[in-house]
Amino acid sequence: MVKEIERAGIPVVHMCTVTPISMTVGANRIIPAIAIPHPLGNPALTPADEKKLRRRLVEKALKALTTEVDGQTIFKD
Amino acid sequence: MGKIKVVHYINQFFAQIGGEEKADFPAQLRKGEVVGPGLALTQAFGDEAEITATIVCGDSYFNENIESATKQILDWVKEEAPDVFIAGPAFNAGRYGVACGTVADAVQSELNIPSVTSMYVENPGADMFKDKVYIVSTKNSAAGMRGAIKALAPLALKLAKGEKIGASCEEGYIPQNIRVNFFEKERGSRRAVDMLLKKLAGKPFTTEYPMPVFDRVAPNPAVKDLSKATIALVTSGGIVPKGNPDHIESSNASHFGEYDITGVMDLTAETYETAHGGYDPTYANQDADRVLPVDVLRDMEKEGVIGKLHHLYYATVGNGTAVASAKAFAEEIGRRLVADHVDAVILTST
Repeated sequence: MVKEIERAGIPVVHMCTVTPISMTVGANRIIPAIAIPHPLGNPALTPADEKKLRRRLVEKALKALTTEVDGQTIFKD
Repeated sequence: MGKIKVVHYINQFFAQIGGEEKADFPAQLRKGEVVGPGLALTQAFGDEAEITATIVCGDSYFNENIESATKQILDWVKEEAPDVFIAGPAFNAGRYGVACGTVADAVQSELNIPSVTSMYVENPGADMFKDKVYIVSTKNSAAGMRGAIKALAPLALKLAKGEKIGASCEEGYIPQNIRVNFFEKERGSRRAVDMLLKKLAGKPFTTEYPMPVFDRVAPNPAVKDLSKATIALVTSGGIVPKGNPDHIESSNASHFGEYDITGVMDLTAETYETAHGGYDPTYANQDADRVLPVDVLRDMEKEGVIGKLHHLYYATVGNGTAVASAKAFAEEIGRRLVADHVDAVILTST
């Protein structure tokens, strides 16, 4: 899906936990997420801390979207 | 020579520990036990081989702890010192396929023990590992167990005995892109004409030189100014309005949903849920922002960090869904996003 939306001409950032799968399916901008059932959250945290965690991840995703890449890139930090 | 020793790797589901709610089950060694599909393998081996230990590991646990889980499993396999290592079959279960490929590859390359796994050709694990270990091709669901075992057991025995392995079409494994020279009975011109005649007659024929598929899409230029950009959300994690109004299937989805989130500031347990049947839904059902981050994007929209969050989001269930379906969904989603002048997409997957 990432690849087809990218093909349509829109930059896509893929947020997922199993990044090797993301590489295989051809995502170009990849953000490693927290866990499979809650990629953008962590139920062990307080709701406030959890939202902060999600905010940080989304900020990373937006930063990836504003970064030029010339091939598949996993944004670690 | 005594019986060939086999160590078998399976996931929590095939070990009958449980489904997605048990996918975080840590790796476990069961010495002397034959579990789940191991029974069918044992039957197929006859007197030639026996499973001396079964390793069970939850799919989420493995994929979230790839390095430590692989190391633990390698230690156990080393101690058991089998003649061959078998992982799966994983059919079309993505995380299970990746786990099977990872452990089979590690056992073979680090312990020098021949390894084989088995899965459906569209399983992401197949593309990742087909050139590293033999992967017996299966159907896309466990209904294909019998056929999988029929090819897997003899190939494992051959590997254990160090026998010559035939071509992928003879042994039933997924082609590894390796070419081997051999003498054909008929010369090339004759075979080409035969093939052409079959083609003209509309009959099935097999090419001798399949074209490789390199399907990569070059990255689009970066977004210049986020504060003016419209960002859209897309997910394969199955987040839908409560009640799943479009009845998106929990696996092998046949369609996607388009949902209006105008005025929605936060996804709550009362308003949104997941339709996905391939992961434990507890956390997404409690708070769907954990998969589709509407709440923080609304904050960032208010703060002017982004121009705006697109008023529509798109969702489907990426669980055993055919690649062809996902491709078709995303082509249509892409068309709609372009028509709506969306500047960038955040796509989340579980």
